Amino acid sequence: MKGGTLLDHELVPKHEVLTEEEEKAVLRKYKVSKRQLPKIKYSDPIAREIGAEVGQIIKITRDSKTAGKSIAYRVVIDQ
Amino acid sequence: MLHKGGLIGVIAHPKRIKSIKFGLLSPKEIRKMSVTKIITPDTYDDDGFPIEMGLMDQRLGVIDPGLRCKTCGGRPGECPGHFGHIELVAPVIHVGYARLIRKILRSICRSCKRILLEEKERDGFIAQIKECQRNEQPIDNILKEVFRRAMSVTVCPHCGEEQLKIEFEPPTTYEEDGHKLMPADIRARFEQIPDEDLPAMGMDPKHVRPEWMILTVLPVPPVTARPSITLESGQRSEDDLTHKLVDIIRINQRFQENRDAGAPQLIIEDLWELLQYHVTTYIDNEVSGIPPARHRSGRPLKTLSQRLKGKEGRFRGSLSGKRVNFSARTVISPDPNLSINEVGVPQKIAEEMTITVRVTERNIESMRKLLKRGRKYPCANYVRRLDGRRVKVTPTNYEELAEQIQVGWEVERQLRDGDIVLFNRQPSLHRMSIMAHRVKVMPGKTFRLNPAVCPPYNADFDGDEMNLHVLQNEEARAEAKILMEVQENIISPRFGGPVIGGIHDHISGLYLLTRGETRFDENEALELLRRSRVTDLIEPSYDEAGRPYWSGKDIFSMILPPDFNLTFQAEICQGCETCLKERCEHDAYVVIRNGRLITGTIDERAIGAFKGKILDRITKEYGPERARKFIDDATSLAIRAITRLGFSFGIDDEDIPPDAQRQIEASIRVAEERVAQLVEAYENDELEPLPGRSIEETLELRIMQELGKVRDAAGEIAGRYLGMDNTAVVMAVSGARGSMMNLTQMAGCVGQQSVRGARITRGYEGRTLPHFRKGDLGAAAHGFVKSSYKKGLSPTEFFFHAIGGREGLVDTAVRTSQSGYFQRRLINALQDLEVKYDGTVRETRGVIVQFEYGEDGVDPSRGDYGKSVNVDRIIELVTAEGE
Repeated sequence: MKGGTLLDHELVPKHEVLTEEEEKAVLRKYKVSKRQLPKIKYSDPIAREIGAEVGQIIKITRDSKTAGKSIAYRVVIDQ
Repeated sequence: MLHKGGLIGVIAHPKRIKSIKFGLLSPKEIRKMSVTKIITPDTYDDDGFPIEMGLMDQRLGVIDPGLRCKTCGGRPGECPGHFGHIELVAPVIHVGYARLIRKILRSICRSCKRILLEEKERDGFIAQIKECQRNEQPIDNILKEVFRRAMSVTVCPHCGEEQLKIEFEPPTTYEEDGHKLMPADIRARFEQIPDEDLPAMGMDPKHVRPEWMILTVLPVPPVTARPSITLESGQRSEDDLTHKLVDIIRINQRFQENRDAGAPQLIIEDLWELLQYHVTTYIDNEVSGIPPARHRSGRPLKTLSQRLKGKEGRFRGSLSGKRVNFSARTVISPDPNLSINEVGVPQKIAEEMTITVRVTERNIESMRKLLKRGRKYPCANYVRRLDGRRVKVTPTNYEELAEQIQVGWEVERQLRDGDIVLFNRQPSLHRMSIMAHRVKVMPGKTFRLNPAVCPPYNADFDGDEMNLHVLQNEEARAEAKILMEVQENIISPRFGGPVIGGIHDHISGLYLLTRGETRFDENEALELLRRSRVTDLIEPSYDEAGRPYWSGKDIFSMILPPDFNLTFQAEICQGCETCLKERCEHDAYVVIRNGRLITGTIDERAIGAFKGKILDRITKEYGPERARKFIDDATSLAIRAITRLGFSFGIDDEDIPPDAQRQIEASIRVAEERVAQLVEAYENDELEPLPGRSIEETLELRIMQELGKVRDAAGEIAGRYLGMDNTAVVMAVSGARGSMMNLTQMAGCVGQQSVRGARITRGYEGRTLPHFRKGDLGAAAHGFVKSSYKKGLSPTEFFFHAIGGREGLVDTAVRTSQSGYFQRRLINALQDLEVKYDGTVRETRGVIVQFEYGEDGVDPSRGDYGKSVNVDRIIELVTAEGE
């Protein structure tokens, strides 16, 4: 791959790092602590690509067969 | 609270479990929890009294009624039992840890007993393990790496000692450089491993010391865990565990005596090995490498590990699955006169099964009346009086009880019509395998059910048995009624369509009724609709000489909701290039307007389970109750129609004219010739290979193709002579039972038999059977059956057919066991997941698995074929309304 990013691949869904306010909103919305969210490794290629730090939350927007768009959140962990 | 006092006295104050820590029992702990040392192998003395410090010592708990435990003073049932212990003369290996012992032996220095890792490396691993434990993640992989690294070290990094190779001879023998390591030596080594090294091997020195894996003290389970049974002859028969413990104590004693007497090393070693054998089989009697310990009768003993392991073990058999009261099981048989949410219960079963009713001011009179019936069904079997005494209702005391009855009593009344019960058929693969039914008490000895509910249970009546559970409290009954009743389960959560509906004769019946231009006068119409609770006949289609006549379509219309509208293509639709819609020449275009069937024939696509469009629409638009009524009406109408019109099938329904027979034979001959040509072309190397195939593969493929074609041709010829008046054809095209393929095989030609999708090639060298020449590639030599089932198969054909048939049987057997195990694993993994009220799917800790159930939050059993709404249908309804 020349010049492009992982995100350009058609099979890689949209990943974004949440701001602190957004994080708070998500945690409030689902009434969860960060430990109760699904995880993603800090070393995951996509996490590196978007420069996510350990402890941050990544928002993943996928195309869904059933719902059109679906949103998931993952918290970045080390190792 | 069942009994006052009793159990409650013994059970200490309930405590909340905060966490569970797993570790090993240390010898110190074993001695501490023991109430007595066990020294004699005998159990009872000549008077039948337990011997002190024997295996049945009364301090270990009591099982004989009337006695009291010498430790806690409890009676049998109250006393939980207490552990004792055996002091082993020499240490022995615990088989369960044999492999871990090997790993540890290889990972520690034979001289300084430190782990064979540099301190820095060791601490690195310890940090990793701690981190994982903090995150509640498995540490298996790290441990694997620790042992891998330590075991590959040959020179100790601490003392420079060269390490010798340690061989492990399962189950319990270790050798170092050809010298046997006795358990005592191993234990001595393990004792010297410093505490600081243990966390690297995944052990917390506070709870686990490796030397504890080598037993010096054996805990003796309480007698309550190994009760002896008294046989009819008055003889006592001991539990397998007791037998095994007797063996251990005997050998232990002999060992002691021999050692004290200064016996030669050889004898001591033999006895040591024997003790090891007994302790090993006491823990696990299915260890490979040693013969299992046997009972006098030759039956292998069921020791500790056998009690826990497997399907009937403690976990799967006693904890995950239990036997229940208030349940019944018997053979099932069909009864089309029952509603789909009823179940016919034999009176004998109804008399045995009870519902406990608490007497209140409101029901005291009816309960008294019930008691006054004495032993005449329906009556009461037992009552529980205010003092907690349970009294059986007998012909002598029922009048007395009826007089005494007062508010607060409990009456165990027999099962009656209308009671809600759960009905189940194994394997319970989906939630429709257990549904709530209403009881209908009947004569006979079988459970009766409407054949329309067979598909969700996957039941037939070739001897199937089903279970019935009587619900015992109001909440359970309410929950069952709201969530589990049959009509609530018409729509499957698997695909959002109906799973309950017409089968077999229901489909044939309605097909015959609604097909073509049938006419019925008033009497006939009323008779057909006799059971369907139709109060008013609709406007008749025909009028002849002033007398009204109804068509079959009219009669079917009468069980539809009056404002029902639907259009769809029936199962019999041929898929013509341009659909003629209402003017379909096969009458396959079903149009229902305002509850009237205008065109089209009712078949599987209309009322069949899994496919029924009408069922589907009625359930979704008129609700489960209306759908239940519709299924009841449709099935009973179908049965009445098919009995009235007559429907039979026999071997001569497969008769085809000699002319057709000749045509089939001719086309088979032509095909055989073409196969011969292909073979010839192959042999002359003239065959053109298909892309990506070898010549051989091409030949096989072409032959298969040719023979497949001829079978279809034979079916086509036969089908030409079997018209829509043939009952087999009616069943096949309407979807009631069977397929045109079955007819082809019966009347035309059975066709190619195959193993793994290819022609049959196995058997003798170069040929399948000695009847053929070696290397014969022709049709007949490789399993082509040109006869029909009706004509009968030749011996070679029959043999090939058996080969193909066997493959099918094996496939189903393998598939069911594999998919069963796969399902078990899935269930174990997913059973605690729950859809919460905010739509998320979470596990028990509240960790989110899905942020929205199925990404769209739709419950397929409440939606429309997996979608939340059927937009087309809504448009259809709205525009039709506007017309």
